[in-house]
Amino acid sequence: MKVGIPKEVYPGECRVAATPDTVKRLQKLGFEVLLETGAGQQANFSDESYQAVGAQILPEAPGVWSEADIILKVRPPMVMPESGKAETDFLSAGKTLISFIYPGQNRGLLDELAMRKATVLATDSIPRITRAQKMDTLSSMANIAGYRAVIEAANSFDRFFPGQITAAGKVPPAKVLVIGAGVAGLAAIGAARNLGAIVRAFDTRPVVKEQVESLGAEFLELHFEEDGTGQGGYAKVMSDEFIKAEMELFAAQAQDVDIIITTALIPGVKAPTLITRAMVESMKEGSVVVDLAAEQGGNCEVTQPGEVIRHHGVTIIGLTDLPSRMAQQASQLYGTNLAHVLDELGGNANFQIDFDNEVVRGATVVKDGEITWPPPKSQPAPTPKPAAAPKAAAPAAVSTTPPAAAVSQPAKPEVAKPTGSSNDVVWLIGAGLALVGIGLGAPPSFLSHLTVFVLACFVGWQVIWNVSPSLHTPLMSVTNAISGIIIIGGIVQLQGAPFTATTVLGAIAILIGTINIAGGFLVTQRMLKMFHR
Amino acid sequence: MTSSLLTVSYIGASALFILSLGGLSKQETARRGNWYGILGMLIAIATTTIGAGLVQGFGLNEYGTLAAAMMPGLVIGAIVASRVAMTSMPELVAILHSFVGAAAVLVGFANYLSPAEALSGVEHVIHEVEIFAGVFIGAVTFSGSVIAFGKLRTLISSKPLLLPARHVLNLGMLAATIWLGAWFLGASGTEGLTPLSIMTAIAIVLGVHLVMAIGGADMPVVISMLNSYSGWAAAAAGFMLSNDLLIITGALVGSSGAILSYIMCKAMNRSFISVILGGFGADSGAAPASTAKIEGEVHQITVEDTVKTLREAKSVIIVPGYGMAVAQAQHSVSEITKVLRGLGVTVRFGIHPVAGRMPGHMNVLLAEANVPYDIVMEMDEINEDFPETDAVLVIGANDTVNPSAVEDPGSPIAGMPVMEVWKSHKAVVMKRSMASGYAGIENPLFYKQNTQMLFGDAKKNLDAILTQLR
Repeated sequence: MKVGIPKEVYPGECRVAATPDTVKRLQKLGFEVLLETGAGQQANFSDESYQAVGAQILPEAPGVWSEADIILKVRPPMVMPESGKAETDFLSAGKTLISFIYPGQNRGLLDELAMRKATVLATDSIPRITRAQKMDTLSSMANIAGYRAVIEAANSFDRFFPGQITAAGKVPPAKVLVIGAGVAGLAAIGAARNLGAIVRAFDTRPVVKEQVESLGAEFLELHFEEDGTGQGGYAKVMSDEFIKAEMELFAAQAQDVDIIITTALIPGVKAPTLITRAMVESMKEGSVVVDLAAEQGGNCEVTQPGEVIRHHGVTIIGLTDLPSRMAQQASQLYGTNLAHVLDELGGNANFQIDFDNEVVRGATVVKDGEITWPPPKSQPAPTPKPAAAPKAAAPAAVSTTPPAAAVSQPAKPEVAKPTGSSNDVVWLIGAGLALVGIGLGAPPSFLSHLTVFVLACFVGWQVIWNVSPSLHTPLMSVTNAISGIIIIGGIVQLQGAPFTATTVLGAIAILIGTINIAGGFLVTQRMLKMFHR
Repeated sequence: MTSSLLTVSYIGASALFILSLGGLSKQETARRGNWYGILGMLIAIATTTIGAGLVQGFGLNEYGTLAAAMMPGLVIGAIVASRVAMTSMPELVAILHSFVGAAAVLVGFANYLSPAEALSGVEHVIHEVEIFAGVFIGAVTFSGSVIAFGKLRTLISSKPLLLPARHVLNLGMLAATIWLGAWFLGASGTEGLTPLSIMTAIAIVLGVHLVMAIGGADMPVVISMLNSYSGWAAAAAGFMLSNDLLIITGALVGSSGAILSYIMCKAMNRSFISVILGGFGADSGAAPASTAKIEGEVHQITVEDTVKTLREAKSVIIVPGYGMAVAQAQHSVSEITKVLRGLGVTVRFGIHPVAGRMPGHMNVLLAEANVPYDIVMEMDEINEDFPETDAVLVIGANDTVNPSAVEDPGSPIAGMPVMEVWKSHKAVVMKRSMASGYAGIENPLFYKQNTQMLFGDAKKNLDAILTQLR
């Protein structure tokens, strides 16, 4: 089968659905790869670099659409600005399109695609389960957006990120607040930390605290009185209070920090407003706000989607094309995700749209002209997601959280400790009674031996605990050797003529005991010689 | 006078033995410790031999027999010690245990046939009990160790042999032993030989049965347990001969083995009793079903990518298991370590207490392959470092790196301390296949996102890695 990659037609879109590297992966899966000329140009992949790995370059987009059986794209199909033709018109029956579709927002597009009698897989609809993480295009793009948000902020911020002490005076480090610690938020935290800023992060989900702190950021928590217990609708009261406390926290932080990066998105709903106009105005001049939710209306009241504006001396970055600004990286990750999708579909040899496959079922929005979106509710996943956003206004970075990040560490199982003090008492009493019994019945000669024995046990116990675990094998061979001391027992048995039963038994005991002594000591010596620094 | 001198020399020998074991607390003093042991042994044997000449009137006959018995022993011991491969150390240790057990049995019989002094009353009874107990422990140690040896050599299947009603069988044998003991005590002269012999036979069967029921994964416990038994057997011989040196040595060895068994049991989160009763992996036959089904898929990695991962890492931890010993890969591992350290990568080893077939086995193998001991860490020393580690190389380990011990309370190995390799940035697991380990439990580690599997023979893969690293 042939896989075709046309040039993206969305104005300003630099990404491409395959890089020379991912072309190789596709070829390994058995596919033949066709590209429209210049498809990777904006992402700094020349036609030659594709040809070098064996891909075929076609001069025109229609040729790619008609020759290929499977079309890979980044942006949803749209009307081509140059020719005025719709990309959907190129899609003919029986072909498969894999691309971002956003079926929830683009119902019209879905109908159009269905009319083409083709099969369409929406990469944004791939279920976010553990197994499908390698195909998770949303996470790949969110990761890049988070990183780029910091870079854009740094670009607009006219001070250092790291604190410095120079001959010309002390420079304080920049303070960054990241709201929403999903994939994008965590990427932003990591990038800002690496640049040397002081980073704080907020998320409604306490489970991400550990992840935030592992990246070296401070996790902001709300401290508010939990009153109103006993009144009905506990959660609701809690929620309102929570949001109020949250907004207070942001207002206080806005006056302190230099850069705010917001990543709070809820799919299909307008992004919650978290940073009000007043908060922006309260920020220091020269501060920067990066709004990663700009496309969905923005988390900041003054955000202009797609624009960088200044408001009261504060730069508000509402860019919506952050992944495209790192086209090479974004294409590489996206292309790899797609290669995994094609692998999941069976590669060239066993290519099929298998609705029993949870991942394929979720991603397929049109099958042979039939709209199959939304997929039927699948049975609940084995691990319940603890990370559902509680309220529309609460900033949980829903769409940018991979399932793995949300799975909390299960608590260590309690190991039952068998040692109870009552048990000890029983043992002590038992040992005491046994000693009294021995004392009553045993002759003194036995008792003196018993004394030696018990003391030796205790000495051994104390000495052996100090032995380094790495020397346990030599310890065993030494104890082998010294337990060969039993030949003394054999020696004192030897008596008289060589062939009494006692002498023979004693002699054999001496023989094998000596093997122990010689073997044990020598092998220990050999082993210990090997240990060196 | 001579007997006092003998006692004094025994005190000296005992002190030297204690110093010998104490010396093993650190690598630096370990070799000196071994010399203390040899010195103590020489003193003990020399004074006993001379003392026997003076007190018991040993003549040429006796000394001749002694020499004839000792010389072959020395030669055999020396040959075995210099030839044995480090991977077969557990076998050597097991067979040496069996010798101690056998010697205890022989000494017991010999002592019964011709007691050194005539005893009467309570002292006589105690002496008889000592002989009986000594022979019993010795016989169990002997046959148990032979079976352990066979299992380690894979002459016998390492699968636990689980007879129906095996506990009843064991109890029956113990009851028979006690009954025979009563008979033995009641017998006069050397008539007790019959019950003593029957008891020995039963004890041998008991030893065989006990160890046969124990699975391969519990071998470290079995070896340490038999180590302990061999000590008690020697101590029992000391009691019957009224010899304090034997008692002391036996007690030292016995408690040493007991501590090792305890450490091993703790490292597997198993109670000593459950190990002895045996059947790990078999009595948990229903357990794999109860464990949560593992979701996800296995990510494979190539040798090239492994090399890349290792080169790019700042810190690497290698976690070897018995699989490394089986593949004889310790030398390749050592070479890889050297190359990586040359490249400025921090390489350390993490050793689980029950890795290998006996306590400390991995350390010896790595030492043999010239890995410096100061980069070989114990589990407790290194477990918290995994989150800061870039790459972990797991070589032939399975149950000791199984996250379900920590994460799945329903797992048969829940609560067992394990090497937390999955907390590292990336773990490469080298394994022959997806087969489960001795515990017979699925390992969710293999399905983790940051785990990659390098299938195939460990030695071949490591050699390939080494070639590409250079």
